[in-house]
Amino acid sequence: MKKITTPLTDETVKDLKAGDKVLITGEIYTGRDAAHKCFMEELDAGKELPFPVKGAIIYYVGPSPAKPGKPIGSAGPTTSYRMDVYAPRLIELGMKGMIGKGMRNQEVKDACVKHGAVYFAATGGAAALIARSITAAEVVAYEDLGPEAVRRLTVEDFPCTVINDVHGNDLYEQGVKEYAEA
Amino acid sequence: MRELDVVEVTKAIKELSMNSNFEIGEDVLAAFNDGLENEVSPAGRAVFEELIENAKIAKDERVPYCQDTGLAVVFLDIGQDVHLTGGDLTEAVNEGVRQGYEEGYLRKSSLDHPLRRKNTGDNTPAIIHTRIVPGEEVHVTFAPKGGGSENMSRIAMMPPSKGREGVIDFVVDVVRQAGSNPCPPIVVGVGMGGTFEYAAVMAKRALLRELGKPAADSDNAEIEKEIFERIKKLGIGPQGFGGRYTALAVQLESANCHLASLPVAVNIQCHAARHKEVVL
Ligand code: SF4
Repeated sequence: MKKITTPLTDETVKDLKAGDKVLITGEIYTGRDAAHKCFMEELDAGKELPFPVKGAIIYYVGPSPAKPGKPIGSAGPTTSYRMDVYAPRLIELGMKGMIGKGMRNQEVKDACVKHGAVYFAATGGAAALIARSITAAEVVAYEDLGPEAVRRLTVEDFPCTVINDVHGNDLYEQGVKEYAEA
Repeated sequence: MRELDVVEVTKAIKELSMNSNFEIGEDVLAAFNDGLENEVSPAGRAVFEELIENAKIAKDERVPYCQDTGLAVVFLDIGQDVHLTGGDLTEAVNEGVRQGYEEGYLRKSSLDHPLRRKNTGDNTPAIIHTRIVPGEEVHVTFAPKGGGSENMSRIAMMPPSKGREGVIDFVVDVVRQAGSNPCPPIVVGVGMGGTFEYAAVMAKRALLRELGKPAADSDNAEIEKEIFERIKKLGIGPQGFGGRYTALAVQLESANCHLASLPVAVNIQCHAARHKEVVL
């Protein structure tokens, strides 16, 4: 189990290998389909992103509403491939981590290697359990998007697994290779 | 002729929408425990531990098992000797969804139009499948369906010459291509035969069967077993981390079909295999 803190640095990221179990502490930002579309529009218009992208981790999640007294509702990852068209541009700008579930395309994996970024998976569907490691949540942009709004989450020992590292390894491919029978 | 006020349907849907999202079925939990014991990959076993823990938290704290509390899929089997009174049945179902998703702090994931994509704000309208059946009962099943696994579902209109092997190959291939995307371990619902649309609905209904219970038709039960064994060999495993338990079960239903056709629909269901039923 490796403990890391945000914002991520090149040194931290270089140290992570596909298959590593990681606990993240610090601040991470949420964003999924609609928010990513907005990010691209901001960039196209020459505007700033609504979060500090350098060293940032984006968590692909659309949480359920928070019950009174709770910072957030259930909050497991959404499927990442839908963000593949947007991710390389953010990685180029200095984003260092993405949390989601499911396979990424080659462009994302190449961008991870080229610019030093890591793709983590959180356990898809374990949303009530994952929410326990989120201690605060605040909407920072696109409130009208509801569950898809961009939130700053404060996390403590947020559990995930490294899927794609900066060395070009892919845990999903390794896993299948190890356990597949012809 | 029995009279039934549709307000009863609203009440039922409201309760079912919450309970189905908070409490995962005993049959699914039994499958998790089986996986925990028998999965060969350590990373896979660790996933089962998390899923069991997650189910416990969701049930105890009455919070959603998964944040994607789904589109509201509702099955209504309406006895032909029931007279529904007190208003529009569809609106009664939608009102139940509205109330349940609000009171239960469930996520609203329904968009008004596939391209305009504006959230309707209350998770309505529900997707409703109605059947008129003998008797004077109304069976209400609520099966919220998440997008991640639904997106990995496929249908094929095969030439009949493809036969049994063709069907098995297709289903296994759908699971292989889905890989880690639909939150494995998954349940694989298969609808074989019927027409294009009927196959898809059958595949979804197949998911409502108690997990681990084989198909009533013995040929179908054999095919289920064979597909299950083939899926084990894919190596995808829980969450795609590698392992045997990519699927918890394969559930196949069949129907008559046209002499020219062999439709096969595969509805992928993630481990958040939620459905609850009540009889009114
Ligand atoms: S696929 Fe299922 S378990 Fe995974 S996020 Fe969607 S609803 Fe939840």
